[in-house]
Amino acid sequence: MNQTITTGILEVTYVVASVMFILGLKMLSHPETARRGNTIAAFGMGFAIIATILFHKKDGQPIGNIPWILAAITIGTAIGWVIAKRVKMTAMPQLVSFFNGMGGAAAALISMMEFPHVSPELIAKSGMANGHVLAILLGLMIGTISWAGSMIAFGKLDGWIGDMRIKAMKYVNLTILAVLIGFIVYIMTRHVAASAELTPLIYVMFVIAVIYGVLFVMPIGGADMPVVISLLNSFTGVAAAMGGFLYSNQAMLTGGILVGSAGTILTILMCKAMNRSLLNVIVGVFGGGGQSNMEAGGVIKEISLSDAAVLLSYSKKVVIVPGYGLAVAQAQHTCHELDKLLEEKGVEVKYAIHPVAGRMPGHMNVLLAEADVPYDKLIESDEINPDLPNTDVLVVIGANDVVNPAAEDDPSSPIYGMPIIKARDAKNIIVMKRGMGKGYAAIENMLFFNDKTRMLFGDAKSTLQNLVNEIKNL
Amino acid sequence: MENILDFFLKNREAIFLVILSVFLGIEVISHVPAILHTPLMSGANAIHGVVIIGAIIVMGHAATTSSMILGFLAVVLGTLNVVGGFVVTDRMLEMFKKKK
Repeated sequence: MNQTITTGILEVTYVVASVMFILGLKMLSHPETARRGNTIAAFGMGFAIIATILFHKKDGQPIGNIPWILAAITIGTAIGWVIAKRVKMTAMPQLVSFFNGMGGAAAALISMMEFPHVSPELIAKSGMANGHVLAILLGLMIGTISWAGSMIAFGKLDGWIGDMRIKAMKYVNLTILAVLIGFIVYIMTRHVAASAELTPLIYVMFVIAVIYGVLFVMPIGGADMPVVISLLNSFTGVAAAMGGFLYSNQAMLTGGILVGSAGTILTILMCKAMNRSLLNVIVGVFGGGGQSNMEAGGVIKEISLSDAAVLLSYSKKVVIVPGYGLAVAQAQHTCHELDKLLEEKGVEVKYAIHPVAGRMPGHMNVLLAEADVPYDKLIESDEINPDLPNTDVLVVIGANDVVNPAAEDDPSSPIYGMPIIKARDAKNIIVMKRGMGKGYAAIENMLFFNDKTRMLFGDAKSTLQNLVNEIKNL
Repeated sequence: MENILDFFLKNREAIFLVILSVFLGIEVISHVPAILHTPLMSGANAIHGVVIIGAIIVMGHAATTSSMILGFLAVVLGTLNVVGGFVVTDRMLEMFKKKK
């Protein structure tokens, strides 16, 4: 085949792939079409990859090293497939973070390899200050930050990295960011014959970007991890788009930017839901650690399983508020068993889903969907709040910050202003909790001391199971 | 100044594409119900795996051993992003389908 035909086929495939990405993303936003949307995007990706291997030419040179490329793809597919299939549903957020990091690392590697090969003609003409170099440097910086940050987020969600907070972190992070931008400016204003002369600087930049990525995510605890993952996700999108600039590759450009902008909007939506500014996220000091003026006062009142069973069985309306505790205990199936049992007894059961309950937006929806809870029973917090005063029993299962009244009462609380599920409006409140530990945001929850609140301590799954048995025996 | 304008002229299609894609991304996501946030994030995560194309190009023109190794790594990581991302998303969405 001659050059025109192969290039033509390649470009057409890229257009088709781009359309499939857009269509896929669009379909992903409706429950009925979501799964097909994902498949369409995946096929788009497949076409783009195959066409690239077969038809891509750089300065007339076709793609070489094909056996090695295929070997790499096979290895990546095998590992990715196995991890994705094996991992538990509760570990989903960290998995997304992990895969996101892989993309970021790939983008950074591409930049590192391309940097020494900027065409000498381009440098002779416009020096280092050209779009090509800028795309490489930004791809390196953003990709690396995304990779390092995602790995830390992964480690934190998986529980083997703790929070680390230093007061001056904000300034440290801003300084590092300024240094990184300084590096870009410095490199672009050098006068050299070949970019390869500056290669060592690239490695220094890489190291600094790793440090930034680590420090950026390290202090973030609280309910803020979802925001970070979403933000890093859009970072990787932008890093991929830089590759698109570099190779004038439409598929990379559309795919990357699409994810970059969609991810940013999602991040902003999440920030709004939690009453934080995006700037605070980027600077890297938010979540947890805030000192509250409110003293934890009052008495904790426990309830016995049998009393809880009676209370629930003779209610008209029950609302369940699930949280991360439910996910950790893998209690979603038992929870559904409880709600079916109650419905058989004529109790109306609904789930109140806070947008950031769990560790990711929509985390609870995914879990409950796994347990076959019909999704018209899952009500968003804004919608269910007006209904809560008519609710006989509100059952909090392993949720904490999303029902914390401090968000409304205590201006000094770090979560002040975050929209919450107004649990205390309900007539009775049962809180299932492992112990008196604080929530992920590490703040005291006055709800537990409320007169209407009764505590049911224990692992969510076994407590729920005992409760189900108790109700069956009534 | 001339540099910037020159860059703009040479890349005007790409720049148009970027601007339009930004709006498209915003448009697509702004009507998403909260229940689909996680799968959507995961799906978007898989789509930026498109960076693998860059990895393939780099690897395809790698000449030295070191660039072969780095390129190989880049392709493996990119594939992980793509395959892992799509498979995980599919697994999440599979559950939504079983609705009665």
